[in-house]
Amino acid sequence: MAEIVSLSEAISAAVHDGDTVAMEGFTHLIPSAAAREVIRQRRRDLTLVRMTPDVAYDQMIGAGCARKLVFSWGGNPGVGSLHRFRDAVEHSWPRPLQIEEHSHAGMANRYVAGASGLPFAVLRGYNGTGLAGKTNIAEIVCPFTGERLAAVAALRPDVTVIHAQQADRAGNVQYWGITGVQKEAVLAAARSVVTVEEIVDVLEPRPGAVLLPTWAVGYVAVAPGGSHPSYALGYSIRDNDAYVAWDAISRDRDAFGRWLDEHVYQEGAA
Amino acid sequence: MNRYSADEIMTVTAARALRDGMTCFVGIDLPSAAANLARATHAPNLVLIYESGTIGAKPGSLPLSIGDDVLAETADTVVSVPEIFNYWLQPGRIDVGFLGAAQIDKFANINTTVIGADYAEPKVRLPGAGGAPEIAACCKEVIVIARQSRRKFVERVDFITSVGFGDGPGSRDYLGLPGAGPQRVITDLGVLEPDPETCELVLTAVYPGVSAAEVREQTGWDLRVAADLREIAAPSPAELSVLRDLLATMPARE
Repeated sequence: MAEIVSLSEAISAAVHDGDTVAMEGFTHLIPSAAAREVIRQRRRDLTLVRMTPDVAYDQMIGAGCARKLVFSWGGNPGVGSLHRFRDAVEHSWPRPLQIEEHSHAGMANRYVAGASGLPFAVLRGYNGTGLAGKTNIAEIVCPFTGERLAAVAALRPDVTVIHAQQADRAGNVQYWGITGVQKEAVLAAARSVVTVEEIVDVLEPRPGAVLLPTWAVGYVAVAPGGSHPSYALGYSIRDNDAYVAWDAISRDRDAFGRWLDEHVYQEGAA
Repeated sequence: MNRYSADEIMTVTAARALRDGMTCFVGIDLPSAAANLARATHAPNLVLIYESGTIGAKPGSLPLSIGDDVLAETADTVVSVPEIFNYWLQPGRIDVGFLGAAQIDKFANINTTVIGADYAEPKVRLPGAGGAPEIAACCKEVIVIARQSRRKFVERVDFITSVGFGDGPGSRDYLGLPGAGPQRVITDLGVLEPDPETCELVLTAVYPGVSAAEVREQTGWDLRVAADLREIAAPSPAELSVLRDLLATMPARE
């Protein structure tokens, strides 16, 4: 059964220094408030995993939470670079950042393998690319047809954190709209935290929704607007201006430091 | 005569390459504008697929990201990320995929990973692969959109993120890549297409007022020019009007 706790309690209980942490969300339902809570609790030496590390990951990397990033596309969608990520890779600021990169298809299949309890997944990909020599993939020959395919190792995060629209009082979780890779990421992980827009008496069925039963979820925390500047379909719209504004904040170390003080550390003290 | 920008003629040229009823894997920025322009003009039944899992999206306004709410709300169906790659892209169900490039070489190999010879110590760290390698491998054909310069159009890319024609003829077959690969590269000067024999990109068309010499000047290898070099028609007033209306709906950037 999932425990319904505060966001601060959930992160404190589930995310530890040195953990491999996946905070997934594919443009939609990004667990941004949880990422800020990780910064506020000053977690260190995390291996951060995410297909599309965006602004929330830029913040954690810039704040020095991460030792390593496992990813497939690191940018500010529709805007440009993640400057804190680039500063870490190009200049080791505020600390060196190891990277392990894949394609989206590779990462998605790594989560599928993790969720399936298998050691690896198979896909038609990577052949001929430079990624093949730089990341942990292997060629595998199909035992039935002889086709050469790529094998990618399962992802098994210590903890996966996602944001959803709703949970009920028993801790069953429901989210809909662009559902991304969150189901696989939660099922692949040893522990999980789900922040939700609200807790409702009854989860009404929604077309295309994913329902995670309470016994498959670790902690549920209410965090209204917890995906901002991403969005939660039916609750908020994507704050495109905030993504654009992040470019200038993140470009400059001092501006980023002021942002951290104002929007993370002081907000937490309130 | 119409006045139009380089971005506008690139977008219009890309839109014209899309036929009605095609299934199209769309990226953000120019590809998204081009696909939506095609859908609003000559290809009303174009199926727009975004890697966020939205299949058959019919956005009334242009999205800033591949996962904007307008895509989910207007899609025929929204599928998970593993599903979009495994069930829809990988088996070759998608007719055409759009790709951008930080660097592209004469065999249409694409780099969106790092600039600089040393992967571990890059001069510039780019966003990385995203969905591109499998789009390049598995779509029936690929259209590349990239502004042309010597820095970007290079003899050999620093890093192959997505395979075009590899080392040349036979590479795609050897690597087991099912799609036909990049069939046109649309730039701000004209269009390059692979030579069917050598797989090398050749200049096949230019925009009004652009010379082949200018294009060669902006290319980092000894670019060949097709014997029957065509001139691409300027965007029509109707195309420009629809495109500008679409762009006006997109959230502003800096």
